[in-house]
Amino acid sequence: MSDKDPLPRFAGSCPIPISDYPMVQMAHGGGGRLSQMLIEKLFVPAFDNPVLENLHDGAVLGLSSGSERSPGQQRLAFSTDSFVVRPLFFPGGDIGSLAVHGTVNDVAMCGAKPMAISAGFILEEGFAMGDLWRIVESMRDAALEAGVWVVTGDTKVVDKGKGDGVYINTTGVGLLRDGVEISPEGASVGDKILINGPIAEHGIAIMSVREGLEFETRLETDSAALYPLVELLLDNLPDDLRVLRDPTRGGVASALNEIAGQSNAGVLLEEDRIPLSEEVRGACEILGFDPLYVANEGKCLAIIAADRAEEALELWRSHRLGAQAAIIGEVVDDHPGRVVLRSSIGGLRVVDMLSGEQLPRIC
Amino acid sequence: MRFVDEYRSEPEARKFVDAIHGVVTKPWSLMEICGGQTHTLIKSGIDRLLPEQVTLVHGPGCPVCVTPLEQIERALAIARRPEVIFTSFGDMLRVPGTSADLLSVKSQGGDVRIVYSPLDAVKLAEQNPNRQVVFFAVGFETTAPANAMSVWTAHRQGLENFSILCSHVLVPPAMEAILSAPHNQVQGFMAAGHVCAVMGYWQYGPIADKYEIPIVVTGFEPLDLLQGCYMTLKALEEGRSGVENQYTRSVTYEGNRPAQRLLRQVFEPCDRAWRGIGSIPESGYRLRSEYATYDAETRFDVGDIEAAESEECIAGEILQGLRKPHECSAFGSKCTPENPLGAPMVSSEGACAAYYHYGRVKVS
Repeated sequence: MSDKDPLPRFAGSCPIPISDYPMVQMAHGGGGRLSQMLIEKLFVPAFDNPVLENLHDGAVLGLSSGSERSPGQQRLAFSTDSFVVRPLFFPGGDIGSLAVHGTVNDVAMCGAKPMAISAGFILEEGFAMGDLWRIVESMRDAALEAGVWVVTGDTKVVDKGKGDGVYINTTGVGLLRDGVEISPEGASVGDKILINGPIAEHGIAIMSVREGLEFETRLETDSAALYPLVELLLDNLPDDLRVLRDPTRGGVASALNEIAGQSNAGVLLEEDRIPLSEEVRGACEILGFDPLYVANEGKCLAIIAADRAEEALELWRSHRLGAQAAIIGEVVDDHPGRVVLRSSIGGLRVVDMLSGEQLPRIC
Repeated sequence: MRFVDEYRSEPEARKFVDAIHGVVTKPWSLMEICGGQTHTLIKSGIDRLLPEQVTLVHGPGCPVCVTPLEQIERALAIARRPEVIFTSFGDMLRVPGTSADLLSVKSQGGDVRIVYSPLDAVKLAEQNPNRQVVFFAVGFETTAPANAMSVWTAHRQGLENFSILCSHVLVPPAMEAILSAPHNQVQGFMAAGHVCAVMGYWQYGPIADKYEIPIVVTGFEPLDLLQGCYMTLKALEEGRSGVENQYTRSVTYEGNRPAQRLLRQVFEPCDRAWRGIGSIPESGYRLRSEYATYDAETRFDVGDIEAAESEECIAGEILQGLRKPHECSAFGSKCTPENPLGAPMVSSEGACAAYYHYGRVKVS
């Protein structure tokens, strides 16, 4: 940072390279490397506590004494998420159902059964009441299907032009069973990596209706509440389920990079085994996007002990949310902390964290 | 997927890999011209499948990388103006100028928008008659026809609020500059298939003859590149020069004649500076005098802006195939996609970015 730059209040010790990013960029919320940097270098040190340091989708708290753990103690999973999607209505969903699914899934990825959520609305002056009703109806239906109640909330209105119609924040809680230990640090060599179906559908569905980019597709968002898939694994192989993660922003690549980094294990993916619809492949080819980095809202990655992986796969395939489930790779002792992909022609390459947002290519 | 899967088949790829290993008897240095080819090579792991004697060097065919720093500064200056809607392809938004990029200008309130076609920028000009809409017209012969069409369309519609910041560059003069450089290491070229789809390959024969090298017009899928490598290496081993066409499904000798006519109507060749390389004679396009009113550089009086490159960045040597990204002392430390010193680390087609994202660790 140059000596002439005015320092923000905390800049003296802020480890983010402020000289390079004196202002927040869109990519700070994109789920890739800049998001990770913001969380790990700014928020985690600032709010310094052992629960936050786990960097899981949600926090797991002992009910009697905060982060303290004792045998037999009931544990609560707790997670929050904000939804600023544009457009508000898109093929197969809208911001309302997304706001429910996003948060109940974060709770589910802790291995907890979601119980209840809150809903905070930030509305823009002049927003059509009919559209707000559609969104609220959609939230209600999604909550009913997910088996959660919307138990508390908040509403604020901002001046016209200061928002995008509606922003929604949801916070969710759920209870963990005794003995369930899901942690991003839990991956170990030999474990298999499962996904419950084709990737990148949510991100491409949203892009297909984004202003200036509209293209025709039958594709719909994959947005769904995922606890039923988690429950199948917890009911049948609770001791062999190591890690759960829903690869939302930043896609499968970012989620697996986080897991590889936190477990200090290598991940080897097989490109040919990763489920991908023809529509998504086509759109990604045209736009120059790598589907591994495109957002999902109804996908779950599970890392399972090798000898139970096929059983887990069959369990998932028996459920409508996992009909196209696949084992897409494994945890290896080579290249610890990195994700590597074996390409369709047999070559190897690194799958890195996304730097900034994916931007459509020139040619 | 039809016309994609056929070119990503492992058994077919293995045949070409085996054929390449069978034909190579000594060290050779090949250059793939286009950044898109570089990314396919590294993303699909082809670089790790070739014999050790074959060195792939990466050419200057990344339009984002070779757009000169002062042109980025001109773009930033125009994009900061309140009356301007500045439009660009997505790739250009993160390319660093001396102290900012277009995304930073956007975060500071500039009206910077990604478009997917220059004709979308023309539509924006129609829809916003009280704003000035500028399109950042970068790219090789591939994107030039669509950009020419945008100017031609705006002219036909009498739009006075549309202009382009013209930064077009041309492949054949760059190939000649590389081959005539004193330290040239390139022994054979894999020419960029999409450039040739527009321009044909009639321009390449004289270059192949003059420098006595093989040039193989090559596509972008893994099997295209493996076949292109094989054809180039076979020609080298047999001591042949001349032009061959691997990409016959898209490229003809003559190319797309209507597109070439449109280019000649709107643009004329000019000397052009290449980022990291310097000025190459007759290596770019500028608007012809009939269309000069659509030139954003003069409309916004930014022609005098100058800028100096980082002294540490060796982008110029990388773009000429003289050095590899990982041979740069700043690679992966002072220079990363988050904090790039030069454009090849930023662009999705940049050689440094390809090495950083796909090849930073050795995998077995």
